[in-house]
Amino acid sequence: MKLTVQDLNSHYGPAHILFDVGFEVGEGEVVALLGRNGAGKSTTFRSIVGLVAQRSGRITFEGKDVSAKPTHEIVREGLGYVPEERRIFTDLTVEENLEVGRQPRRPNAPHWTREKLFALFPNLGEMKNRPGGRMSGGEQQMLTIARTLMGNPSLVLLDEPSEGLSPKIVEQMVDAILTMKKEGVSIVVSEQNLHFARLISDRAYIIERGRICFGGTMAELDARPDIRDAHLSL
Amino acid sequence: MAFYVVQFLTGLASAASLFLVASGLSIIFGVTRIVNFAHGAFYMIGAYIAFSLTERLSGAFGFWGGILLAALAVAVIGVIVEMVLLRRIYHAPELFQLLATFGLTLMVEDLVVLIWGPDDLVGRRAPGFRGAIDFFGQNVPTYDLFLIVLGPVVLGILWLLFQRTRWGVLVRAATQDRDMVAALGVNQKWLFTSVFAVGVFLAALGGALQIPRDAVHHAMDLRIIVEVFVVVVIGGLGSIVGAFVAAVLVSELNAFGILIFPKISIILVFLVMAVVLIVRPWGLFGKPEAAARKTPGLTVNPWRPLTSNERLMALAALVVAATLPLFAGNYLLTVGSEIAIFVIFAVSLHFLMSVGGLASFGHAAYFGLGAYGIAFLAKMAGLPMIVCLLLGPLLGCMGAAVFGFFAVQLSGVYFAMLTLAFAQIVWSIAFQWVEVTGGDNGILGLWPSSWAASPSHFYWLALGVAALVTVALRAMVFSPFGYALRATRDSLLRSEAIGIDAKRIQWTAFVIAGTTAGIGGALFAYLKGSVFPDNLGISLSVDALVMVLLGGVETVSGAVIGAIVYKALNIWLVSQTDLSKLVLGGFIVLIVVVFPKGIVGMLEMLAQRRRKASPPGSPLLAKPIESAE
Repeated sequence: MKLTVQDLNSHYGPAHILFDVGFEVGEGEVVALLGRNGAGKSTTFRSIVGLVAQRSGRITFEGKDVSAKPTHEIVREGLGYVPEERRIFTDLTVEENLEVGRQPRRPNAPHWTREKLFALFPNLGEMKNRPGGRMSGGEQQMLTIARTLMGNPSLVLLDEPSEGLSPKIVEQMVDAILTMKKEGVSIVVSEQNLHFARLISDRAYIIERGRICFGGTMAELDARPDIRDAHLSL
Repeated sequence: MAFYVVQFLTGLASAASLFLVASGLSIIFGVTRIVNFAHGAFYMIGAYIAFSLTERLSGAFGFWGGILLAALAVAVIGVIVEMVLLRRIYHAPELFQLLATFGLTLMVEDLVVLIWGPDDLVGRRAPGFRGAIDFFGQNVPTYDLFLIVLGPVVLGILWLLFQRTRWGVLVRAATQDRDMVAALGVNQKWLFTSVFAVGVFLAALGGALQIPRDAVHHAMDLRIIVEVFVVVVIGGLGSIVGAFVAAVLVSELNAFGILIFPKISIILVFLVMAVVLIVRPWGLFGKPEAAARKTPGLTVNPWRPLTSNERLMALAALVVAATLPLFAGNYLLTVGSEIAIFVIFAVSLHFLMSVGGLASFGHAAYFGLGAYGIAFLAKMAGLPMIVCLLLGPLLGCMGAAVFGFFAVQLSGVYFAMLTLAFAQIVWSIAFQWVEVTGGDNGILGLWPSSWAASPSHFYWLALGVAALVTVALRAMVFSPFGYALRATRDSLLRSEAIGIDAKRIQWTAFVIAGTTAGIGGALFAYLKGSVFPDNLGISLSVDALVMVLLGGVETVSGAVIGAIVYKALNIWLVSQTDLSKLVLGGFIVLIVVVFPKGIVGMLEMLAQRRRKASPPGSPLLAKPIESAE
């Protein structure tokens, strides 16, 4: 297994957010983490990369236990993270944003260069020197993904990549994710949008109120409309 | 005309050092969010070490090598400080970091005297820059010309460093979003350490380069730190270009102010800073802060009024305190009165900081205004003590009303700096308007009326007022006004959205705090029998901050304990050792590291933990600071 999450519990102050969350991602797989707003998708991702201080559980990445490591060490193992709020460095240009994400190449992961990323996201190539703050939401979303890919991750946590984007940009996003998959990057993508998830994912988990309540292939999920309707807003 | 040109050049030369130190402070703040009070101390150590090295190493190589070596050595000291001390407190509220670096400053002030002695040291002239050139009959030292060139050169190097290197890109990224930088695989720890090292290097270089111009002495840290804060605030926190422009502006204001407005030369800089802050709160070249960070007051356990048992205990403590005159001598009673007065002062600032979330760096202004109010009323109008005591604090009230109106338009660090500027303006007036205030000589001969003249009577008076003030402010915390004030502290936007006039509430709190401080100052004037500009000086403002933070900023009235402990320790240390600053500074640093929630905050936490001891799983409460992030 590429990534295994077991018994993950997280708190924000006195509030208990995640309850024994567990899931697995295989080598080269695209797995969707589905759930409504506030179900715990972002907290799950933030906990995996160590951005939630109060967490317990076991997170194994490529056979190594990373649950107690600080954020930057987890990321350097090859586990990339694309946050939901995008968090572009608005004062930095596109090229500088990519530079922040740059890490040495990894033997077991595809190697990304600026040129390769500008081919993947042509819009970015046309605005290399534009400050991140003066880009549209869709362009910023592409830049966050490109920035994370500069770290040459073997697995990427993508937090709601389609949120707030126009249908045209969403299409580009689907293409980009499929290209990443083809290159051999494993992906966990959190989504509220089932249609978007269906286009890219091999398997799906559903999270509701901080608990995983379904896990299976997309076909298995389609066979259970009751689960789909109960836990996902359509 | 030539004279003015030369004066202009002198100003430019002074700007070089100021710029080096200010840019260092700005860089450190930008990334680590630490307002490094110890920056002046690093500047001073840089000057001292450079002095020693240039005395020992001979020749031009020895001199310039000594300067560089000194700056490097101090950078190493900075790295040690960062790794040993600051790394432990990055997650603590901003003010704690300020407190810790203030403690360091105190320690350094004693250490340099211990190592280099108390006398001014005059360093070597710079080889190759000993002479002066003639400019239409006026002499311009060639070293000044060297500094004038150096300033822009350093600016250029810094610009290249930040725009053209990976390190610079990472630093700029971290300035905006530290967590995201970590989430891209960058080790923040070393980034912070390297940034701190560069900042400290710049400060020390600024100090080392001063030795051919100025004598090295052990008070140069406080003088520069105030100027540097002004520069950084005018230029905009985090902006290097801003620091350069502001350093030139401030230096020229100093150079010409003394010629054109000799009476108000000291104020001039602070007036400019106040105007800049009011018109463009984020400084000339700064950017408005996106979202305010959560500062004091994110308590895990909500505030509550005292239970009846606790009330009885407080009352018992007061009664015990009131029995002091039965067994203590006059000296102890005077000390007791002073502590009681500082309780009033600390409680007033605590009200503003903890309840209002407004950390004033110039609270001594209102304390001092209260004291001067007494001096004017008693000496000039000849009013009796009881009338003076009732009217004197009104001067503090008026000062707070005027300055507070402008100050509450800002928040966070900018609020702190504007209050500091106002306090400096008041101080300068007291210092320079000799005809009215007596200037440095102060106003002497203020004695209490006979009914309060004996030490025990005065002690009871001070104790009584302190108790009254504390109870009144506490009551206010749990009144509708207190709720509104706490709402503005926790979220300005949300409080306004539910119809609270936030600015007016904050202004009212400011005036209440200022008036209360004025009451303390009024009593202080009678205790000492005199009033001096020091009564509204920076060090007194800092004392008040330390007392509040020591007590615990997240508590309802921790300042009472903070004031008692700090003042008693201070008085005792001064009587016991020549190294009182060293011990006190060490104590402050220790408190910050070991008890980051202050004394009272820690006691509350212990009590809380004991109460919750039965159900395991209280790690939540053990890490409240992290959860506040």
